[in-house]
Amino acid sequence: MKKKHKDTIAGLLFASPWIIGFLIFTLYPIIISLYYGFTDFSIFKPPIFVGLDNYKALFKDELFIKSLNNTLYMTAFATPINLLFGLGTAMLLNMKIKGMSFYRTIFYIPSIVPQVAATILWVWILNARYGLLNNILKIFGIYQPNWFQDPNYTKPALIIMGMWATGTIMIIFLAALQDIPRSFYESADIDGANNWNKFIKITLPTLSPVILYQLIVSIIFNFQIFTQAWVIGEAGGGGNAGLFGGPENSILFYATYIFYNAFSYFKMGKASAMAWILFIITAFITWLVFKTSNKWVTYGGE
Amino acid sequence: MKKILPHIVLILIGIMFIFPFLWLLSTSFKSGTDASALSLNLIPKKINWENYKEIFVKVPFLRYCINTLFLAIIGIVGQMLTSSMVAYSLSGINWWGKKVLFPIILSTILLPYQVTMIPVYLIYNKLHLVGTYWPLIIPYFLASAINIFLMRQFFITLPTSLMEAASIDGASHFTIYTKIILPLSKPVLAAVSVFTFLNVWSDFLGPLIYINNQSMFTVSLGLKSFIGEHSVEWNLIMAASAVTTIPIIIIFFFAQKQFIEGITLTGIKG
Repeated sequence: MKKKHKDTIAGLLFASPWIIGFLIFTLYPIIISLYYGFTDFSIFKPPIFVGLDNYKALFKDELFIKSLNNTLYMTAFATPINLLFGLGTAMLLNMKIKGMSFYRTIFYIPSIVPQVAATILWVWILNARYGLLNNILKIFGIYQPNWFQDPNYTKPALIIMGMWATGTIMIIFLAALQDIPRSFYESADIDGANNWNKFIKITLPTLSPVILYQLIVSIIFNFQIFTQAWVIGEAGGGGNAGLFGGPENSILFYATYIFYNAFSYFKMGKASAMAWILFIITAFITWLVFKTSNKWVTYGGE
Repeated sequence: MKKILPHIVLILIGIMFIFPFLWLLSTSFKSGTDASALSLNLIPKKINWENYKEIFVKVPFLRYCINTLFLAIIGIVGQMLTSSMVAYSLSGINWWGKKVLFPIILSTILLPYQVTMIPVYLIYNKLHLVGTYWPLIIPYFLASAINIFLMRQFFITLPTSLMEAASIDGASHFTIYTKIILPLSKPVLAAVSVFTFLNVWSDFLGPLIYINNQSMFTVSLGLKSFIGEHSVEWNLIMAASAVTTIPIIIIFFFAQKQFIEGITLTGIKG
């Protein structure tokens, strides 16, 4: 046998765990759920073709619209806030100061706290009466929101929780900042550029590929918010909070609603239609961000 | 002044980051009445170790920890084996798939879990595996995109001369992979292990879908059911949350380097 054929066989064999997983657990599910989306289907009875009924019903379903709006809200606000906060802390850590690795550790640790535990902790900190934050706000005479009972404050509470765990974004930006050659700044110094100019003209353009990637990852991550909302439904609201959507369904998210339809109501057809809409939305946003990126992302060599 | 200001800002932000965590520990040692007293006392009036005893008595928390540890170890073995194989295929072997598969693998990183969740559940349901650990184990033996990427990036930095020499000596890919690549890959295998542990330990959605028998609960699932049953005993809830978190923190301190390097390289957490 020729070496080329041998290599192809070896390549396939070594790649086989991923290929098998991709075919069975990624490609097949994406295709079959397109079909399920056009059927009336629970795990107790076989799928019956109903055409576009699921999609039509979804766009008349108030909860679906609500879950989509809530999710878009988080994507629109949490994404830029987290990226800016991550970049800001990274730039602070990039200064030549003593104890950098200590600060870095402190800033990063919240990001590895398991999400269920982190959420429970924040439900406690944001407890309207006994919570740490409201007690601090009280000292300063600032209005103390009823974080998890007042539908106006549930999503901001989630955004605060999210900011606590931006350490991953920070580390990535920090590494990228440290990769910027010092000579870039030195030549700017010779030209007499001030710090703001250096940030706009050197730091941002050099970081732009990293920002692009983090932007896409963050958007997609925010589309999948689930655990926080699910745990708050149990821990925060108590009995009056409605089911898992929080007060007035203000934290009913897309992923939560899919889960509900699939595993509580066994409406697999409707849930599959939702999964496909999610697939299209995230693919579209990713495409859109990439498309606009040639306007602001610069891939420079040295 | 110019030197002190950054430190003041960093310390303030540092307090914001660490204080919630200290508050968790502090509440976990308080008595029930002390915890729900309207005070900002970080130091408990009395250190109540009993809280920790109580959570292990009231719920089978030890059981949950052992279950999760079991899943994590199997997951680590699966990932070290399969992701490294695929990474070798994409770096050490010259074949057409190298260029074709790599972009597809990378694009799956961005695929939301929910997109495939339902058909995957139906597959396991058909195989009568819902309610067993199999749906939580099998994926770890089918390589993961992020770990493949992490390992591939490491493999392409290894000196090719070693592999070429072995190849000329007639060594098969299997030999090169097991005798040369893997022994040189300890740093990246360590990083993959750490991230896999973190993933399994923190995973909530997977166990929520597939595990319904309480004796098989993982820590995250156990913690959630615990707050359902003890919704006002915040000192106990915080003790349980601390037990869930502390193993992760300990591992972080031992493997800080792998954490940072892994995240930096992949641009994503685990």
